[in-house]
Amino acid sequence: MALVLNEEQNMLKDAAAGFLAEKATVAHQRALRDSGDAQGFDSAVWQEMAQMGWAGIAIDEEFGGLGYGYTGLGLVLEQMGRHLSASPLQSTVLIGATVIAQLATQAQKEQWLPSIAAGEQLVSLALQEGAHHAPWDVTLSAQKSGDTYLLNGSKRMVLDCSSASAFIVVARTAGATGDEAGLSAFIVAADTPGLVCEQRSLVDSRNVGVITLTDVAVDAQHLLGSEGEASQGLGRALDIANIGLSAELLGLSVEAFTRTVDYLKERKQFGRVIGSFQGLQHRAAELFAELELCRSLVLQSLQAIDSAADDLPMRASATKAKLCQIAQITTNEAIQMHGGIGMTDEHEIGFFIKRARVAQHTLGDYNYHLDRYALLGGF
Amino acid sequence: MSDLEQFRQDTRAWLEENCPLSMREPIRGFEDMYNGGRNPEIDHPDQVIWCERMAERGWTVPHWPREYGGGGLSSEEVKVLQQEMKRIGARRALDSFGISMLGPALLEFGNEEQKKEHLPKICRGEIRWCQGYSEPNAGSDLASLATKAEDKGDHYVINGQKVWTSYADKADWIFCLVRTDNSGTKHEGISFVLFDMDQPGVTVKPIRLISGSSPFCETFFDNAIADKRNLVGEEGNGWSIAKYLLTHEREMISGFGSAPPKTVGQMAVETMGADTSGRLSNSVLRQTIAQYQLDTMAFGATMARVGDEAKAGQGLGPASSIFKYYGTELNKRRNELNLAVLGEPALGWEGEAYSDGRVSRDWLRSKGNSIEGGTSEVQLNIVAKRVLGLPDA
Repeated sequence: MALVLNEEQNMLKDAAAGFLAEKATVAHQRALRDSGDAQGFDSAVWQEMAQMGWAGIAIDEEFGGLGYGYTGLGLVLEQMGRHLSASPLQSTVLIGATVIAQLATQAQKEQWLPSIAAGEQLVSLALQEGAHHAPWDVTLSAQKSGDTYLLNGSKRMVLDCSSASAFIVVARTAGATGDEAGLSAFIVAADTPGLVCEQRSLVDSRNVGVITLTDVAVDAQHLLGSEGEASQGLGRALDIANIGLSAELLGLSVEAFTRTVDYLKERKQFGRVIGSFQGLQHRAAELFAELELCRSLVLQSLQAIDSAADDLPMRASATKAKLCQIAQITTNEAIQMHGGIGMTDEHEIGFFIKRARVAQHTLGDYNYHLDRYALLGGF
Repeated sequence: MSDLEQFRQDTRAWLEENCPLSMREPIRGFEDMYNGGRNPEIDHPDQVIWCERMAERGWTVPHWPREYGGGGLSSEEVKVLQQEMKRIGARRALDSFGISMLGPALLEFGNEEQKKEHLPKICRGEIRWCQGYSEPNAGSDLASLATKAEDKGDHYVINGQKVWTSYADKADWIFCLVRTDNSGTKHEGISFVLFDMDQPGVTVKPIRLISGSSPFCETFFDNAIADKRNLVGEEGNGWSIAKYLLTHEREMISGFGSAPPKTVGQMAVETMGADTSGRLSNSVLRQTIAQYQLDTMAFGATMARVGDEAKAGQGLGPASSIFKYYGTELNKRRNELNLAVLGEPALGWEGEAYSDGRVSRDWLRSKGNSIEGGTSEVQLNIVAKRVLGLPDA
């Protein structure tokens, strides 16, 4: 597949850029933060996105989606990164729907995917238990008795926690913490008795929280796929999700960089613009080179999802590791090159570094993915 | 259960039972490798036990035919064996020039008697071999070698000198290129003979390096005797065997060429060992290698993208301005990693065993990449000014 966008993709990208520049900018994000909005995104804007089909962008047409594939979703995510637009696109469309598509039975897909594609439901993955992403370190237990499972345990980093209508809870039905085998995924309605959601406040001021399950009874029909066999489909969903998050990090980094270069051309010291200093020029040029590499890697990996490439696990970790590395350098340099003004809340550049670190952490950071990339590469 | 799966289970069980725990430690360097021979250098008594057990099954050289002491395994089975050994961190039981160099040449060019005589001893680690190629006046120009072999009916009498003979002081036998005829071109009249080093006509003098170690020797032949039964291939046809072996050798080293069959990371595991989880034993180097491979992958994607954009009529985008800078810097990183991963052999400057310093000379050569054709600094100036639009000072 050629590493260029086709006409349909270019139109989608332009449409997303135009819409977000008007409706979901950094200024909107600041307003949401300052109003103490618990949801962390604007419901009306989300409904407009859903009407444009974004909620079903990567969902098969069979289940009411647009069937544009993950390349399409990635293009929108990149634009969301540029504008730091908050929406359930990550929690529900990139992650939730993908886990369902990978794990669920045909009947379960028919039950959940059309309503997600229509923007009627938010379904969020509840996986992480410790301080770091470690997908097989699951202790939350699910014990079967008759036709129900009893779930006990807690999850953190649950995106859009307070707005989700249901959670995909990854539980252990066999084996020990750290085992890849013995994991099962359940769809649990948010209002199920015994499930408590507690909102947390992270640096990017988006909607995220902890859910605690105490003797939560889940009907066996809400087990996604087969008991104890979630890890393979979950692993593939995580690979896809990490490439999607990389697309968001690409947009975020490119925008932070563009704003920084603009600032270098405008800020004067010692009687001239600071962008004329070679010390800054070379750092900017090096970042430009790295960002070009990031752009290629993200596009290639998005296409690899849609063409079902068999090296997806290694590729996903490569992409996320690279984007985490460069997002970190870019946002750090953005603050440094902005100088004092970059340290103020009044300036928007600080919003980029905050979102970057949360997106980097989500589903595994540089250290996690570089290690995994090397291991999958035989060293 | 498939045959292969059965083989895996049996292999796993056998390895668990038979691989000594001390042989499941990562190899730290050459001193941990077991090379066998009449007077083996034994770093740990379990090396001998492990080698004997593996040799009994033919697993020191699992892909060679059973009749010559190998394991007779299919390539799938060899892979399974390697995976299962890797799973428990088991070391290779035996490393030798016999396995990596002479064996393949004998299998290709040797007669039945020679295979039956020499291959099983290689598999069991009984005889350690060295390679007699380079001479003081025949290095890169190997075919001008002058060591002379005189036909005495049932044997040759050999006179001359070899240099940069790796581990000649530790080897029992030598496979040696000698001149049996002077009448034709220099490539003609070269023969490939095998003979025992333990005889009055052979003298070995280790070459001391500035590091203090002596992996190489000067080897002198003064009326040394080689039985004609140990002439491999036809008399005067030694050059084709030498070429075959050089290719073999370069393939081994070329993990470090431009299109390596193995990644730097995989090569590093082979030379430096991995822990039981499969991670390279040195975690600092591991990160450097991973970052290098990652950047190489991303750079490759970028070249592909720019090519596709040009084909799609979008012209040469700004990304092309980074190629020279990024590509040459990557190449320098690659060459530094070669040194880090290979260690001492990568620092070799001359000699057959070092391929006459191919790795170190490539490394030094790469330093010029970011200077010639516009320095990296000039490339960054160009990006800053022409692409990013930053002003002149």
